[in-house]
Amino acid sequence: MVTRPDGKQRTGQLDDGLKPDPALPPTAVDPATQDAEERKWTPAKIALWTAIALLGGVAWFMLAIVRGETVNAIWFVFASVCTYLIGYRFYSKVIERYLTKPDDRRATPAEYKADGKDYVRTDRNVLFGHHFAAIAGAGPLVGPVIAAQMGYLPGTIWIIIGVVLAGAVQDYLVLFFSMRRGGRSLGQMAREELGLIGGTAALIATLLIMVIIVAILALVVVNALGESPWGVFSVGMTIPIALFMGVYLRYLRPGKVMEVSIIGFVLLMAAIIGGGAVAGTEWGAAFFHLDKVTIAWGIIVYGFIAAILPVWLLLAPRDYLSTFMKIGVIVMLAVAIIVVRPEITVPAFSEFASRDNGPVFSGALFPFLFVTIACGALSGFHSLIASGTTPKLIEKERQTRLIGYGGMLMESFVAIMALVAAISIDRGLYFAMNAPAALTGGTVETAAQWVNSLGLAGVNVTPDFLAQTAANVGEESIVSRTGGAPTLALGLAHIMQQFIGGTAMMGFWYHFAIMFEALFILTAVDAGTRVARFMLQDSIGNFVPKFKEHSWRLGAWLCTAIMVGAWGAVLLMGVTDPLGGINTLFPLFGIANQLLAAIALSVCLAIAAKRGSFKYLWIVALPLAFAAVVTITASFHKIFSPVPAVGYFANNAAFSKALADGKTSFGTAKTEAAMEAVVRNTMIQGWLSVIFVVLSIIVIVTALIATVKAFRNSAAGIANKDHEDPAVPSRVYAPAGFIPTPSERELMAEWNKLPADQRFEKAAHH
Amino acid sequence: MNAVVEGFRGFTRYLGGVLGADAYAKYLEHHSASGHDGPPMTAREFWRDHTDRQDANPQGRCC
Repeated sequence: MVTRPDGKQRTGQLDDGLKPDPALPPTAVDPATQDAEERKWTPAKIALWTAIALLGGVAWFMLAIVRGETVNAIWFVFASVCTYLIGYRFYSKVIERYLTKPDDRRATPAEYKADGKDYVRTDRNVLFGHHFAAIAGAGPLVGPVIAAQMGYLPGTIWIIIGVVLAGAVQDYLVLFFSMRRGGRSLGQMAREELGLIGGTAALIATLLIMVIIVAILALVVVNALGESPWGVFSVGMTIPIALFMGVYLRYLRPGKVMEVSIIGFVLLMAAIIGGGAVAGTEWGAAFFHLDKVTIAWGIIVYGFIAAILPVWLLLAPRDYLSTFMKIGVIVMLAVAIIVVRPEITVPAFSEFASRDNGPVFSGALFPFLFVTIACGALSGFHSLIASGTTPKLIEKERQTRLIGYGGMLMESFVAIMALVAAISIDRGLYFAMNAPAALTGGTVETAAQWVNSLGLAGVNVTPDFLAQTAANVGEESIVSRTGGAPTLALGLAHIMQQFIGGTAMMGFWYHFAIMFEALFILTAVDAGTRVARFMLQDSIGNFVPKFKEHSWRLGAWLCTAIMVGAWGAVLLMGVTDPLGGINTLFPLFGIANQLLAAIALSVCLAIAAKRGSFKYLWIVALPLAFAAVVTITASFHKIFSPVPAVGYFANNAAFSKALADGKTSFGTAKTEAAMEAVVRNTMIQGWLSVIFVVLSIIVIVTALIATVKAFRNSAAGIANKDHEDPAVPSRVYAPAGFIPTPSERELMAEWNKLPADQRFEKAAHH
Repeated sequence: MNAVVEGFRGFTRYLGGVLGADAYAKYLEHHSASGHDGPPMTAREFWRDHTDRQDANPQGRCC
């Protein structure tokens, strides 16, 4: 470890003004020792990384080059895991060495602002799980399923390569820069680094993007629960279960989080099983059979009430439940895929890969595949988490690589598993489920006929097969169950029944999957509404100061109502859209999410430039350029494309013209009212696209100006203004990665020898 | 057998950490280590304060 060649070069005494406590062992591994350790390639290490590279190479070869009848799902696991390992070990190290340059001798906010509540040093392994649970939700489970329309390969490549070069880079950088600023939020950082105009544009864009994201997530739930008595019952039961847990934690046994989570989990399972029984009875099927519009209104009302209820009653307990389920589900999915190893019959590139009129989502592969899969490859929403709770919990600066970069790799793996689950089902079934009712006709006969007429290689579905599949999972119908969640649930049920329970258990597994997706989404809807309400209150507060008082009930309710009204309107628009909802709105979700990523990366670019890392600025510029090109191109398609299926305004014009011509039905809109709805929806969607793209361009341009200014300043020898918190010497030590290196072990041993009273309070669990 | 029990305990402790079940224990640790003035909050008070702070300070969940 800390080799001191001549006895004076101790880690803590580099000449930068940081004065460590001489009574304590070093708070960082000596950089020279660490460097030597990293650069020393023992034969075992070389053999290990050669094996990883070879296995990854073979797996990619099997996926991308070999064209057999089928491909085994295990190759997806190997290709992704090996690429992640290489990306983590080599690329994230480059970022660490040349761009972030963490310094373990500096105290993190969790240390210098420690308050035992919000700022608490947290063991790196625990924080990894915590951060992962906060970033991963329904997004990575839905996008890859929808993108599977184009075949498995485009999605797989984008998820795996995208995360290594873009998504994980964004998460890592935002987390690190926010940590250096005492855990400041992305909005505050944008304001500081980009000035008033850039900062304001970033704030408005973030607010709008949250509205869109919440609306479309809610749309996924509505589509999964529509006309599904079993789903409505079991998901509906999560509300009383969460209320019970909330009361239990508040009054009966405060703080028994683990205990109440297990109780809640058991109740959830009971609700799923009970749902099957209830849906099997005549009254149950009648009572819980709700159409989509009713469910949408239900979620809107629920969203408003949930967002004004105190956190302890509904949000906090459901959060525990959702985290508990998240970890369990992901482990279960991974184990099942590795054990069952399903054979995939979906082609690498499907017939729709080269077209722009696919039934599941419209638009060409470039750019629309890259916005359809946002979460799992590059998700801007993560920048809000990485500049929220997590930076306040980090124990040592060098751990940001594990948590920021590593956490995102984990989410990417979830996306890959969702993709595998979705493509393990029959391809004809996939299109019957994911095409809007306007195309499939909504019945098994018309759907089978439509799917068979697509002329897809190896696809031949019968009405009986569609009906039988629906019966197996306890649903009345699986035709046109768009939104991705039902397809994933069916894929998961298909894999899990081979693992546990057989066909008899398919209904349980299907509804288990629907349940956890709904749980994640309802938590996101509730939390998103709250965050958006606070942002709105603060913004209005600049003009009407009274609104800044968050405890002012009327203001809070008013702002909640505005936010719920905004996403509720988009949700209803999606539910009633004669064109199918998901296939026109989902691209907007991806565009919104990645424009947020472009905003976050712009802020990182400006910060990195101000720190003087010009030579390695490409690390940020590369994903920023890609995200900007993809989202701006996609937005331009959506705004200017003359193809009605792609361009909002083109569609608007086509329907307006049809109305003007006195037609009473046009395309998939069968009535005049439906046509008017299309005209209205496309106009709103079109203008939303325009606003997003304009705001994002403003942010990107202001970031580029800030970058150029920083470059000029350093060329002229003027110091750039730095918004980091002042450096405080650290008084604790913990290793950076999952497994401590030999030098880290040595240093840990030195710290462990220290009498307990001299040690700064230790973080729990080692 | 002992190793299995140990492993299971470790797992539940980890899961508890991820859920945030140990927040009060950490608060007490901080309180006793940081030269406090006054007694720490009781468990009931702490958890009330814990959720009330979330009320005043909402955090997004990801999609």
